[in-house]
Amino acid sequence: MLRYTIRRLIQLVGVVLVLSLLLFAWLRALPGGPVSALLGERATPESRAALTKQLGLDQPIIVQYFKFLGRAASGDFGVSNGVQPGDSAMEIFLQRFPATIELSFSALLIAIALGIPLGYLAAKRRGSWFDNMSVIGSLIGVAIPVFFLAYVLKDNFSHLLGLPSIGRQNGDIGATRVTGFFVLDGLLTREFDASWDALKHLILPAMALATIPFAVIFRITRAAVLEVLDEDFVRTAESKGLTAPVIRRRHVLRNAMLPVVTTIGLQTGALLSGAVLTEKVFAFPGVGEALALGFERRDYPVLLLLLIMAAIVYVLVNLLVDLSYALIDPRIRTR
Amino acid sequence: MTLGVTKKEKIDALAENVGVSLAASAWKRLRRSPVFLIGATIIGIFVVLSLLSPWLAPHDPADPMLIKQVVKARNEIPPPQPGHPLGGDLQGRDFLSRMLVGSQQTLIVGVGATLIGLTGGLILGTLAGAIGGWVDSVVMRFVDVMLSLPALLLAFSIAAMFAHPSQFSVILAISIVQIPVFARLLRGSMLAQRASDHVLAATALGVKRGSIVFRHMLPNSLGPVIVQSTLVLATAIIEAAALSFLGLGNPDDRIPEWGQMLGDVQKVFDTHPHLAAYPAICIIIVALGFTLMGETLREALDPKNRR
Amino acid sequence: MTGAAALALSACAQSERGTDSGSGKVGGTFTFGAAGAPKLFDPFYATDGETFRVSRQMYEGLVGFKPGTAEVEPALATKWESSSDGKTWTFTLKEGVKFHDDTPFNAEAVCFNFERWYNQKGPAQSDAVSQYWLDNFGGFKDTPDKPSLYKSCSAKDAKTAVIELSSSTSQFPSVLGFTSFSISSPEALKKYDADNVVQAGDAFTYPAYANEHPTGTGPFKFGKFDKANNVVELVRNENYHGEKAKLDKVVFRIIPDETARKQALEAGDIDGYDLPNAADWAGLKDKGFNVAIRPAFNVLYFGINQKNNPKLQDLKVRQALMYAINREQLVKSQLPEGAKVATQFMPEAVNGYNKDIKEVKYDLDKAKSLLAEAGASDLKLKFYWPTEVTRPYMPSPKDIYGAIAGDLQKAGIQIETVSKPWNGGYLTDVDQGIPDVFLLGWTGDNGTAHNWIGTFFGRPDNRFNTGASPWGKALAEELAKANSEPDEAKRTKMYEDLNKKIMEEYLPAVPVSHSPPALVLKKDIKGITPSPLTDEKFGGASKG
Repeated sequence: MLRYTIRRLIQLVGVVLVLSLLLFAWLRALPGGPVSALLGERATPESRAALTKQLGLDQPIIVQYFKFLGRAASGDFGVSNGVQPGDSAMEIFLQRFPATIELSFSALLIAIALGIPLGYLAAKRRGSWFDNMSVIGSLIGVAIPVFFLAYVLKDNFSHLLGLPSIGRQNGDIGATRVTGFFVLDGLLTREFDASWDALKHLILPAMALATIPFAVIFRITRAAVLEVLDEDFVRTAESKGLTAPVIRRRHVLRNAMLPVVTTIGLQTGALLSGAVLTEKVFAFPGVGEALALGFERRDYPVLLLLLIMAAIVYVLVNLLVDLSYALIDPRIRTR
Repeated sequence: MTLGVTKKEKIDALAENVGVSLAASAWKRLRRSPVFLIGATIIGIFVVLSLLSPWLAPHDPADPMLIKQVVKARNEIPPPQPGHPLGGDLQGRDFLSRMLVGSQQTLIVGVGATLIGLTGGLILGTLAGAIGGWVDSVVMRFVDVMLSLPALLLAFSIAAMFAHPSQFSVILAISIVQIPVFARLLRGSMLAQRASDHVLAATALGVKRGSIVFRHMLPNSLGPVIVQSTLVLATAIIEAAALSFLGLGNPDDRIPEWGQMLGDVQKVFDTHPHLAAYPAICIIIVALGFTLMGETLREALDPKNRR
Repeated sequence: MTGAAALALSACAQSERGTDSGSGKVGGTFTFGAAGAPKLFDPFYATDGETFRVSRQMYEGLVGFKPGTAEVEPALATKWESSSDGKTWTFTLKEGVKFHDDTPFNAEAVCFNFERWYNQKGPAQSDAVSQYWLDNFGGFKDTPDKPSLYKSCSAKDAKTAVIELSSSTSQFPSVLGFTSFSISSPEALKKYDADNVVQAGDAFTYPAYANEHPTGTGPFKFGKFDKANNVVELVRNENYHGEKAKLDKVVFRIIPDETARKQALEAGDIDGYDLPNAADWAGLKDKGFNVAIRPAFNVLYFGINQKNNPKLQDLKVRQALMYAINREQLVKSQLPEGAKVATQFMPEAVNGYNKDIKEVKYDLDKAKSLLAEAGASDLKLKFYWPTEVTRPYMPSPKDIYGAIAGDLQKAGIQIETVSKPWNGGYLTDVDQGIPDVFLLGWTGDNGTAHNWIGTFFGRPDNRFNTGASPWGKALAEELAKANSEPDEAKRTKMYEDLNKKIMEEYLPAVPVSHSPPALVLKKDIKGITPSPLTDEKFGGASKG
């Protein structure tokens, strides 16, 4: 198990290095970039050329890449020139990552709280009106462009429900910062109003973001429960005369949980991508908003670091899922 | 080097579901599935509409014929009026015509992205699955790198890297993301078949490798590929909208596309919601149609469901 | 120029206004929605509007601009005089002024600042860092190949500073009103290592002075920059030398998304924001907000580059383009209230604007016949327009492009459209002369003609490649001559003539429009005068 984990971690480093080289080379090959961002519309051809030379952007890309790696090794991933001009890319990531975790976690909670019970009920009543409607409903969830749903929620429900429509916390509250997780911070410092305020800011964006994981969790739960219901041990249990609640508790749910847990882990990708769109709509200062702004303003240092970090998080979560999978189901380990 | 056993498993599990006999029974069950029929009807109407749209559209979608009714200073756009039942857009172009012609471009984006993704995946997957050995290793390492970024994020990054964004760059960004998925699917299916009886038999009989691949292995992998393609058609259309929303879409809107129409009007979502709502609803319906078809196909082709 | 006359003028003007100050409640916090975070707080290294907006509240220069205009008025200098050759300038300074760190402001401090600017070294000399100095004063002390307008500064006594220039320029002294050339506390500059700009990778990092300890003389002092919450806070300077600010605090809340800014205003989270979408003005007014429209101090032009398409070197073809574009309709449908068709490359408020130039009306037949005469009926143009940007002069590039492209096609001109992201290739390509025609514009820094047509056509190798035509070089020389003319009346006349020549004989590009940008404020915010230079100072503002 340990050896397997180490091997996977080494592979992770390899994948990330190759990915960073590809991203770096591609970004550098493009026109504009740092020079345009720094000089703006006042640039002259000479000042452009001079700055290109000064920044070392005229050197071969592979040379630039190794210089970048050298600096990256000491934690310096460059300085933003569009998202938060002047701040280091790392600072931006560290500052914004807790926000995105908070948001993704809330979205996942909503998705699980709705998806698992609904999926279970739908499977138990397979083919019923309720089953068909919830299947189609979940598919509509997948078909809605996330940002459109976010706008609909923001424009129509924030007034209705009295929820804040933008940002992460009301600035006037003056909350103390401890961990960067605003809800948690408020609990730690006993500034409960700050927690409550941060929580209110999370509701609408989390609802928008929850649609995709909800649909997937719902369908996987439904499918898993259906499959388990058919399997021999349930039939055996039935023949042994066990009552329905007991079967459900002992066998069906536990066995169905395996694919569901996996799916929840796999939703990290959808959450990270969805956060870009949702955070932009709600001006929620997370990694997603920084990515959206980075694309819009062509902030290459920030894009590079945030994309690499997204890949690391994504691959790590997948690794964790695989490991927990192996722990739950011993059959995997033997492969 | 492996990337998430589980993620791959999902794809590979689909790949194992092969067999010609399956097709016939699947079709039998599909014909009786109301969900599939709903999906197929939606898509049928959509395809017909988009093919006929150049003749159906009452006006040129690029002509700012109602420009005199556009007053930015008062946030006025042409209202519905005789000859223009949906009014005009922000540049005074006939909105109905744009919606109609938009269906065609939307179909092109969906089909284009799917075809390119499929072709790329086909080449890589066939190489890896049929030849194996070091080719397989190289291809799969490449696929792993691509799978290390969440799909939509990868699409955003690829789109951002085009110096000259266009319809084509949008299609390419969406399709490249699908290549590793298709490649994995085909490879898995081929690996499964390499060990199967009829391939082993053919090899023993001295049939050439190329012939085995193209006459036996590829056709048998088609089922899961068709399922995946149908699902990709839906995501491609939604992703095109997301790209436009982030300013990474096709900036030239003379020939409209629904995703672009939706993504471009974010500044007037609150004041002219219909400019967003019409394309959004169309996208949702069409994406739902493709998904319904794909999901029912998947279920029909799943041998476990043959009861 | 006689300083006394200028002073009398501005003093007189000053007594006329000021009606809205004096009233207004004391106290309160003014929260302004900013589109981006300030890059730093040291105005000398600032290059973008969001950074200037914050610095402007904390700093003052020797001269300032009369609120709501581009006219120069006294600030830290109470009066000034120039020698007849325009090279020696004597500034009399206001007395009793203290920096935020309680050190005194005097002539020595002024000279310390000028010497600091002139002595920038290493990475700080980069265009990306000291852009405003390079643009307006030229080189530095240790760059002999790049001469500087600045020669020396001496403190005659505590309240008199004498600045020597190497040549006369129309830009002086108004250039000293730029926020970039605000006076910082010499003590703070030294203490916080202000000049220590370091190049790290492909970016620059700035010292503590620029990030945490900006120290000027203005009505507000630096409070804090809360990055986790994206908020910059300034507090009242209790020892301000003029009338003290009424607001306790000015807070800049950074909200990058425009729709989000609007909603924040409507929800009461912020008290105002800059550059509301023109389409929202009416709606905001209806909801009881004050849409403060600035005088249009900008120009949008339809750029023409003569480099790649020789037909564009023909005046008739360029004139045809002017006739073919329906500028009136464009202004009416796509630009905000108060926008005007441009008759020349500068708005009326600029010194040297020529009132006699007639507005050229849309005339499709004339355009077609001009093209035919020039043998260019089959004209094909590569038309560039930018994505991912809005500018005060160009609120929605896509819609403006759409309107112009439609007009050109009606005139039988074929168009090959290229659109690129503003920072992702558009500006680079325009600078390198890749497009035939393009959309660009300018927002003025001050009211001198040099800042406008001097910037556009002051060199033959410009964005329009006027050097390809025989008159390109001559125009550049004439512009330089006008700029160095010390006599103001003569200079104004020279610029007026040049404007006429540019429009009637040269037409290097087609000026399209001047559109007023706006600022939106809650009704209870008083004492903020919209400025053509976006030079709004919150020192006189009050809330409630």
